[in-house]
Amino acid sequence: MLADKDRIFTNLYGLHDPGLKAAQKRGQWDGTKELLAKGRDWIIDEVKKSGLRGRGGAGFPTGLKWSFMPKQSEDRPHYLVVNADESEPGTCKDREIMRHDPHILLEGCLIASFAMGAHACYIYIRGEYIREREALQRAIDEAYEARLIGKDNLNGWDFDVYIAHGAGAYICGEETALLESLEGKKGQPRLKPPFPANVGLYGCPTTVNNVESIAVTPEILRRGGDWFAGIGKENNTGTKLFCISGHVNQPCTVEEAMSIPFRELIDRHCGGIRGGWDNLLAVIPGGSSVPLVPAEQIIDCPMDFDSLRALKSGLGTAAVIVMDKSTDIVRAISRIAYFYKHESCGQCTPCREGTGWMWRVLERMARGEAEKREIDMLLEVTYQVEGHTICALGDAAAWPVQGLIRHFRPEIEKRIDRYTANPNTETRVVLEAAE
Amino acid sequence: MAVRRLAEEQPESFAFTAENAAWAEREITKYPKGRQASAVIALLWRAQEQEGWVSEPAIEVIADMLHMPKIRVLEVATFYTMFHLAPVGKKAHVQVCGTTPCMLRGAEDIKEVCRRRIAPHPHEVSADGGFSWEEVECLGACVNAPVVQIFADTYEDLTPESFEAVLEAIARGDEPTPGPQIDRQFGAPASGPTTLFDVEGGSERTPRQWKAAPYPQGGESATSGNGAALGDKAPNPAAEDVAGGAPATPREATGREEKAASPNGKQQKAGRPTATGRPDEEAARSSPTDNGENLAAGPHKATTKERIEAETEDDDEPEARADAAGKRPAALAEPEGKKDDLKQISGVGPVLEEKLNGLGIWHFRQIAAWKGEEIAWMDEYLHFKGRIERDDWVGQAERLAEKSGQA
Repeated sequence: MLADKDRIFTNLYGLHDPGLKAAQKRGQWDGTKELLAKGRDWIIDEVKKSGLRGRGGAGFPTGLKWSFMPKQSEDRPHYLVVNADESEPGTCKDREIMRHDPHILLEGCLIASFAMGAHACYIYIRGEYIREREALQRAIDEAYEARLIGKDNLNGWDFDVYIAHGAGAYICGEETALLESLEGKKGQPRLKPPFPANVGLYGCPTTVNNVESIAVTPEILRRGGDWFAGIGKENNTGTKLFCISGHVNQPCTVEEAMSIPFRELIDRHCGGIRGGWDNLLAVIPGGSSVPLVPAEQIIDCPMDFDSLRALKSGLGTAAVIVMDKSTDIVRAISRIAYFYKHESCGQCTPCREGTGWMWRVLERMARGEAEKREIDMLLEVTYQVEGHTICALGDAAAWPVQGLIRHFRPEIEKRIDRYTANPNTETRVVLEAAE
Repeated sequence: MAVRRLAEEQPESFAFTAENAAWAEREITKYPKGRQASAVIALLWRAQEQEGWVSEPAIEVIADMLHMPKIRVLEVATFYTMFHLAPVGKKAHVQVCGTTPCMLRGAEDIKEVCRRRIAPHPHEVSADGGFSWEEVECLGACVNAPVVQIFADTYEDLTPESFEAVLEAIARGDEPTPGPQIDRQFGAPASGPTTLFDVEGGSERTPRQWKAAPYPQGGESATSGNGAALGDKAPNPAAEDVAGGAPATPREATGREEKAASPNGKQQKAGRPTATGRPDEEAARSSPTDNGENLAAGPHKATTKERIEAETEDDDEPEARADAAGKRPAALAEPEGKKDDLKQISGVGPVLEEKLNGLGIWHFRQIAAWKGEEIAWMDEYLHFKGRIERDDWVGQAERLAEKSGQA
């Protein structure tokens, strides 16, 4: 288990004051000027050395991403955009950072902006997080007041940070959709290339990073990349905020070492599975867009990018959704399909039409009101959606359905059998919980 | 995609208060010169805070302020689902998270409370104008599920009882405490944190007692998590046909066909008495009660409604129109003996079959007897633009009637 001294987010549960004075007592904004004095290359190298992979879901190495920014552009300003549009179902980690530890995020913004030559940073926060936006704004005001940021600040790098507030669109968590939204348009993703590092916000070089990725960098630099790389496994290093929701005795958000085995994570922090380990049915390990993993495969699996990928799933945002045997698994996935239908931006036909289609078919399958050949048809359609859209929302909508069919096809078939054996409407069979 | 439109009734005009106008000016300066459009979402938010919803005049005013074409602001207002395009409850607009993590912890029960206490349907304002509700997608507080958001605040770790208490407090004019409604420190485990003891002033080591044990343990759990979801025992097949357009019985299963067809026929009599007007809508109207427990009741209804709108195209008088075009085919009050499976005619699906049955058409021979006038009537009634002749229903029906030996 991760030792308390190795935890970065020491005010995760809001037991302390989130204000500047208390944050400085917890070690934030400590020696920031000296860190900047070591130079851009040192910062990027150190982040690369730490093995930090982006915490927003895709797991792209953060240091590498920063190094894609042009060294300097004569004519165009550089921008850092922080993606605080946390909307992946199951995920609520950035919320805790913004409302309880906002200063470590701001310090990270300053450092990252310096490393990529940006003087302005926009934090795009999702529409639902109104109190979180207020908490973050208070922290920004405090930091300006204390001249930690702003023009001619104490840290020696001119830097402004602004909050932009969204209004309830999941798709704005996709980086180019977020940029569109920041420019005052509908959040419809852009075709890549050109990548944001060359043509981003207002056509200028831009890097978009997740809140957690940015917020861990000050500690990485203070303690050294090797410290961070020493936690977890190779290629899956560092600490990670896990959000465990669903059928555990005590759902919670907790900072743990990467690669912690699933069983240990649940037993230590969540008081076990509701009804005991035998009652576990399946787990969605990384937010709604990754395929589910059945109980027997996940129990002893280390929670990291590569181990979960080997199970044809993924770590995503480390939003662990636990489902016990009382779960109507087809309906649970169908609800996820409805989520993607609702959140598709409508730009690409396979996604706009496919998400609704998949949802409607799953709704029927949840009742058994389908034909068995439709299961294969549904699977076929998911492959037609996957990879044929501009952004990854199409993939994200297809994967949970693929996971369901991969692991729970007999359950769907059982329902169809029950339904067709008893098609008379007056004596409709009662579907019982998945066994 | 969420399809959203402006409200039909719009106010005459809109203007920001002096204070809000000054705030808007400051907001615009957050973005580089010439990029003032970036402030559009912020300004729409402020308009919504001021008026309670986003009206068409507000959209136009904001477009002028930001030098944007009006259509661009309209696009933004309809794209982002947190903008209310119609008035909502004055005291509380409850956004219930219904996405899977909340659903697993009992969001269905919360929605049921909304239906009972506020209004039967989402986006409907309660009788006293104080409350309204809607189901939203993930509010981002999943470890505190189930969650609702009322304006700026979230109320977490709800049970139907504690949620009702929150609603009652708001109705009284109180301000209930936001956040977890059980004894719990934000996102920490309910019995107390398991980490962060060794930091200055950190977590308490002694686990706290649960004031309320929110979820039953172990085997009894079936009722709390998915009880409501599983309650979907008797979906209305008629409504499903309209929504999904799928046959309730596989067509290949000819042996079963008669059996499957008969309850359909019965329903015909019970649910849709005569050949009047719009059979689909009748079905849609009769469905909500049956679908009450259905997870997707709201969206489903919307789909049905859209379909009906698309099909009838604001046409209130299909019969009058059809009567002008031709002669109404002879109808039978009920089938003589067994009714034929009209779906065997290429071009007739389950929905159409029901419509035909609703018009008193039960047998192939009835269709085979249609002449030009009857075809014209039916064509106009169904809004087919000549499809009956193109598909040669009459010829097909003749052959099918011969085959089944009733020519």
